[in-house]
Amino acid sequence: MASANAHHFPNEQYDAALAAAPRHTATVRVTHWIAALCFFALLVSGIEVLISHPRFYWGEDGNVLIKPLFTLPIPASRATVPTGYGYVLPDQNGWSRSLHFEAGWAVVLTGLFYVLAGLIGGHLRKNLVPAGADLSGGALAKSFADHLRLRRRSESEAASYNVLQRLAYLAVIFFLFPFTVWSGLAMSPAIVSVTPSVVTLLGGQQSARTIHFFCTILLVLFVLVHIGMVWLSGFGNRMRAMTTGHATEQPVATQEEQP
Amino acid sequence: MSQLSRRKLITSALGATAGVAGIAVTARLADRNGFTPPEWHGIYGPGDTMTYAAQKLLTRHTMAREFSRDRISKVPFANQISPPAEEFKRLQAGGFADWRLVIGGLVARPTSLSLADIRRYPLRSQITHLACEEGWSYVAEWIGAPLSHVLHAVGALPQAKYVVYHSIEKGWTDSIDMADALHPQTFLTYGMNGSELPVGFGGPLRMRVPRQLGYKSVKFINRLTVIDSIKALPPGGDYSWYAGI
Repeated sequence: MASANAHHFPNEQYDAALAAAPRHTATVRVTHWIAALCFFALLVSGIEVLISHPRFYWGEDGNVLIKPLFTLPIPASRATVPTGYGYVLPDQNGWSRSLHFEAGWAVVLTGLFYVLAGLIGGHLRKNLVPAGADLSGGALAKSFADHLRLRRRSESEAASYNVLQRLAYLAVIFFLFPFTVWSGLAMSPAIVSVTPSVVTLLGGQQSARTIHFFCTILLVLFVLVHIGMVWLSGFGNRMRAMTTGHATEQPVATQEEQP
Repeated sequence: MSQLSRRKLITSALGATAGVAGIAVTARLADRNGFTPPEWHGIYGPGDTMTYAAQKLLTRHTMAREFSRDRISKVPFANQISPPAEEFKRLQAGGFADWRLVIGGLVARPTSLSLADIRRYPLRSQITHLACEEGWSYVAEWIGAPLSHVLHAVGALPQAKYVVYHSIEKGWTDSIDMADALHPQTFLTYGMNGSELPVGFGGPLRMRVPRQLGYKSVKFINRLTVIDSIKALPPGGDYSWYAGI
């Protein structure tokens, strides 16, 4: 790694060690790509199931005779749903439902493995839990401002996740993702027969469906911002780092910053 | 070939053999204990099987949620059905007096029951949620005879594994395992919300399986067959056989 540009660590030994150490461990890389594949499968199959009834309700009841909370302005795959469109999309729920649950199993098991390995190997503590100093109002505001200005960091600074990145990942891993699974399971008549509070705590089966939809929106936003940040920090290099473990080439971004 | 790589090869081979044997033994055990669904949808087989096994394990002694009377939906909804068969229209014209439920297969006493016969079984009712896989739902009171009472009366044989139920409407056939068939909330339903079961909701006789999604609650039931292997059935379409989720 070249230290021509003035970054925080002029120590060349440190730079060499940084370049040699994998940016992402094999566990992180493998679980990342399985999760990415599952997310895509869940999103496509979820949209497919959703279009059979693009109306949302609150409580236990919801059907075309009941006033919805809101309706998505899209055509439906069932003729019984009034959408204002003059046509009905094909019904693909058979394979969509099967794919949704299969990908669900895969991503939940992968997620459990990731968290367990992260607890044992220290990935969660070292790379995800923010340093105390980074959580001060000033540090957070600075990181936030840097992100808003789309300011790119040098490679050594970027060797670990920044504070906003850590908080975003923690929120997704420990709140948004589990909540999405929970609201999904709350729609299962078999699961709620085991523990009714799975659904009653969310306000009913239709509430769970509406919450599941909003969880999806948040997850999609996260993924879009995530891809956007990867793009800004050098798409090829970041993709290489997440695939081979090493961001071997000097990032174009850093070179461009030199006068 | 060096010592080391040979050892590695042997270890890998042994490991792989143990792995395959482990999976085979697990699969055999799961199958013997009724943890594998009777249908395997190609690449979706593993997911369907895990869902079925997990939910079978969890729902052994569970009851579908029941609601108080004031939670019954003011506006229940039923998907429209294609124009009924001629046979259905003829029976409907006669007030369903000639409707028969033919029960056969692995039972000691094959029989044919009229609606009046079914009404002679102890009446049970449940106020449960019906959710369609499409995403809509409602809560209603369902009145009928538990399927378990009828199966007991006809003497389902010990080797029975599934109950197949046929609708008078062509192409509507489904099946449940014995755990669901004998479940106290699985009804041969003839009433809804305090009156007769309307035709739109499956009258005169509908199977009600409240721990699964609506498509397992088939309308216009006129035949039950108790079987020990679902292999003999025509393929059930591309919807997952188990609909607990």
